[in-house]
Amino acid sequence: MSTHRIAGKGRFDHGGPVRFTFDGKRYEGRRGDTIASALLAHGVHLMGRSFKYHRPRGPVCAGTEEPNALVETSRGKGRFEPNTRATAQELREGLEVRSQNRIGSLAFDLQAVNDLVHPLFSAGFYYKTFMWPRSFWDRVYEPVIRRAAGLGRAPDAPDPDRYAHRNLHTELLVIGAGPAGLAAALAAARAGAEVTLVDEHAEMGGALLSDPDVVIDGKPAWDWLAAALAELDRLGVRRLTRTTAIGYYHQNFVGLCQKLTDHLDEPPEGAPRERMWHVRAVRVILAQGALEKPLVFDGNDRPGVMLAGAAQTYLNRYGVLVGDTPAIVTSHDSAYHAAFDLADAGAKVAAIVDVRAAPGEGVLVEARRRGIEVLTSHTVTGTNGRLRVKSLRVAPVSGGRVGAARTIACDCVLMCGGWTPSLHLFSHTKGTLKWDEALDAFLPDRSAEECHIAGAGRGLWGYGAALADGAEIGVTAARALGLDAEAAAPVVERDRTGTGETFKELPTDGDAGRKRAFVDFQNDVTAKDIRLAVKEGMRSIEHVKRYTTNGMATDQGKMSNVNGLMIASDAVGKAPPQVGLTTFRPPYTPTTFGAFAGYHRGRHFEVTRRTPIDPWAEAHGAAFEPVSLWRRAWYFPKAGEDMDAAVARECAATRGSVGIFDASTLGKIEVQGPDAVEFMNRMYTNPWTKLGIGRARYGLLLGEDGYIRDDGVIGRLGEDLFHVTTTTGGAARVLNMMEDYIQTEWPDLKVWLTSTTEQWATVALNGPNARRVLEPLVEGQDLSAEAFPHMSVAECTVAGFPARLFRISFTGELGFEINVPARHGLALWEALMKEGERYDICPYGTETMHVLRAEKGFIIVGQDTDGTVTPDDAGLSWAIGKKKADFVGMRSLRRPDLVAEGRKQLVGLMTEDGDVKLDEGAQVVADPEQALPMKMIGHVTSSYYSAALGRHFAMALVEGGRDLEGRDVFVPTPEGIRRATVTTTAFYDPAGERLKV
Amino acid sequence: MLLIHCPYCDETLPEAEFAYAGEAHVDRPADPMALSDDEWAAFLFIRSNPKGVHAERWRHVHGCARFFNAERDTVTDAFVSTYRAGEPRPGTKCSAGAPAGDDMKVAAE
Ligand SMILES: [Zn+2]
Repeated sequence: MSTHRIAGKGRFDHGGPVRFTFDGKRYEGRRGDTIASALLAHGVHLMGRSFKYHRPRGPVCAGTEEPNALVETSRGKGRFEPNTRATAQELREGLEVRSQNRIGSLAFDLQAVNDLVHPLFSAGFYYKTFMWPRSFWDRVYEPVIRRAAGLGRAPDAPDPDRYAHRNLHTELLVIGAGPAGLAAALAAARAGAEVTLVDEHAEMGGALLSDPDVVIDGKPAWDWLAAALAELDRLGVRRLTRTTAIGYYHQNFVGLCQKLTDHLDEPPEGAPRERMWHVRAVRVILAQGALEKPLVFDGNDRPGVMLAGAAQTYLNRYGVLVGDTPAIVTSHDSAYHAAFDLADAGAKVAAIVDVRAAPGEGVLVEARRRGIEVLTSHTVTGTNGRLRVKSLRVAPVSGGRVGAARTIACDCVLMCGGWTPSLHLFSHTKGTLKWDEALDAFLPDRSAEECHIAGAGRGLWGYGAALADGAEIGVTAARALGLDAEAAAPVVERDRTGTGETFKELPTDGDAGRKRAFVDFQNDVTAKDIRLAVKEGMRSIEHVKRYTTNGMATDQGKMSNVNGLMIASDAVGKAPPQVGLTTFRPPYTPTTFGAFAGYHRGRHFEVTRRTPIDPWAEAHGAAFEPVSLWRRAWYFPKAGEDMDAAVARECAATRGSVGIFDASTLGKIEVQGPDAVEFMNRMYTNPWTKLGIGRARYGLLLGEDGYIRDDGVIGRLGEDLFHVTTTTGGAARVLNMMEDYIQTEWPDLKVWLTSTTEQWATVALNGPNARRVLEPLVEGQDLSAEAFPHMSVAECTVAGFPARLFRISFTGELGFEINVPARHGLALWEALMKEGERYDICPYGTETMHVLRAEKGFIIVGQDTDGTVTPDDAGLSWAIGKKKADFVGMRSLRRPDLVAEGRKQLVGLMTEDGDVKLDEGAQVVADPEQALPMKMIGHVTSSYYSAALGRHFAMALVEGGRDLEGRDVFVPTPEGIRRATVTTTAFYDPAGERLKV
Repeated sequence: MLLIHCPYCDETLPEAEFAYAGEAHVDRPADPMALSDDEWAAFLFIRSNPKGVHAERWRHVHGCARFFNAERDTVTDAFVSTYRAGEPRPGTKCSAGAPAGDDMKVAAE
């Protein structure tokens, strides 16, 4: 069964098996395994195909930085996930795993032909190969690339899982529970700090989990670890495992993504799959350790080639020997310890190939003691084996010359090119890095946040150093929190210290141009690609990155960035810091959309505002449309009616008798105070001083730039009280603008604003019978034309409710708008419906409202205006107070551009054929015979069928439009060019006779 | 998510409660009609856009609803100070003619 499980090794109990399948084949793993460790236990290294060349690939590492072993996992429909990292996903009973990015079987991938034609796919191939001919892009290249590339398939069903969000305030957040993080958390918690410790793995301990032979404070590493975790728990430290710090934002705001159920055989019913923590920490300690680098040599991507540290982890943490005859290739002492652990577990180490001339003396002694052959000053010139590495070609290097090669048989290659401090989160904060010559690594320089970095993250190596530094930093953080703290560094024996060097690609003997030495495994970028990019003119690492895609895969180049930089800087002939380092961005590892969305999905994605009359509309079969955040009744179809039929009927009923409309969404602002009229004069274009109490006026609001911002009817209810209405979408914006002027420009004005949009329900009655419907319900106001003429407002009682009653019209018919306290809105509506029965009162929605107002040429701000329309453009010059000295936007109306000839003006358009409806947004041209591209002189803003006119009509903004009245323009449409005559916008009852009743 | 101190509430609260409102200390001219086209265009369109400390307006829109001023470093996004509308900019030590970015650097130090 498990051919490579070593008895007595590994962290977890070797009890009951966990069954899973990989590409349909059944396997057994053990509780605590990852997919990768369980497959490796069966001797399976081949787990995927590479992105571009479809080369066979196996896992390179044992953590979340894995570039190769990306698989599909599934827990049923909708719970399918592509690109799961096999090295991070814990095994669970019944887990279905499939390899991806292949056509055919994993062992025989038809697209592996890409590998044979790899010269076609060199650096910048997207830019070069597919540039010509243009027509090939849509028909050939893109479909082929889309099918061939891409990592895995997207799920095809909605995600049924729940995702949670939680906020957390903590004094100290420690990210990473390896030796440095543990020591820091212990030191700070002992001093009394309130500490949160997080780690992305299933259990805490970091590198200690892979190095059980280290002795800390006289205890074996794992005993010390258990004691440390127990002490943290006693001290009340909040410990979160399977929790990745995905992003580090301003003011110590850190996003944590906690995986809650993916490792469970049976997730509890209703349990969230993941939880996103929004953490605000007073102090943050980054103890994220370091990531091992691969070495760059020909064939370094074959299954069986992996990082030495990974092999050590598979052995010590999972009890899995990744090969029987490992060969080690290294430039760092750390790989020797991996070799020793594997040898002690029964592997026959083929050789240790060291690129350096002088490895550490200690590790050489240990190698000799175990009889392991060490080849110093050697390079690797190639590997062999199709689906699994079989041998290694090595050669001595002397004075830059590669000597005669020999072949070493092996079944796995463990490589180590040194270690890169993991500074991704530090990079998120705009913390600066500086290049350390001695370590050949970027180390943290200046921090932009209240954060500290401990351990390997700042270039320290070995358990003693990491624990001491962690304790020291923990004390520093505790003191910064105002606590007394003393550092107590643990004593470490049998430490695994060592040094190393960082190399560019390893020297080789043959034609370097034919070598396939991979730098970025996930994006299939080779050393040759990077050199080619430099040769073709790329100088900055940012350019090299984009040209080659090095580091642009989902692993963000965790393994490839520094190797890519070493090669690029060698090719450019400058030191690495001069070539630069790319910036890491959140998230640290790929994160589900669900975790970001949390509860904000479906109906909780954004609020739906509903009027008090909404339930009536719903009960009466209204079709709804969203208007800003409101849900508004759009039209009220009767059986068998489509929208056009319903709207035509509603329009005719309103003009013929009476229609009723829910206008509650109109923005409403109460403007009150001794200076209210002065304020109104300054804000709106219109004059307000002489507006009598009980009278109303159409108000036009501009921005300071002179363009129309909003409009609405404004009633004066008292010397110092105005009832202002705004557009539905503009309510909050207008209030904000008014507050801005009151608070910051005219703080001397005694005027106060109150939003009353949701306090009033507003019902509009329109049509020749509107008064007859309303009159019986009104007390305290004579509705006759003499007592209550057009543009009046009064406080009275309607249907028994206190009301603000307007006589206004947005339809051209006799019209009233009744405002009652919102809680009475539905009752008012029902009372009016009942009273209106004998007049066949017709409820209508926003579409009919739009048609009726357009027939009168009334604009909708935001539809017939677009933020560049002046009052004159819209034909609203009459709304400007001619004698006013100032109002918002007044000065701009004299700016040269705003008085220039040829501005677009709002006009009517009548198509030659009244059955033709122009599309809103359609472009208008003067001459249909002109060459393409035609000069467009305007566009259609509103277009409807008019029951009253018996034909279609439109409004449009057209250059010099009013001068074109009576002339023809043309509107190109997909069905052909339409001829239309320019008219005024007073389409219906231009003299306003219908209001005089 | 920034934390912002509202000088009216005297509390430091999450950015989600606030709305940005453009550069601060751009006073609306007392008599706009007296201005030339160029002067008016400068008031409308020209802003300092410094790399460094920027005086800007915020509104505690989901709190006390007051507009206030802030000095914020456009490089780090960090707030240097917040103060009430109408109060002088804390950093205005240098001559009024100096570019905003430069005089604020002095103030920040
Ligand atoms: Zn406030």
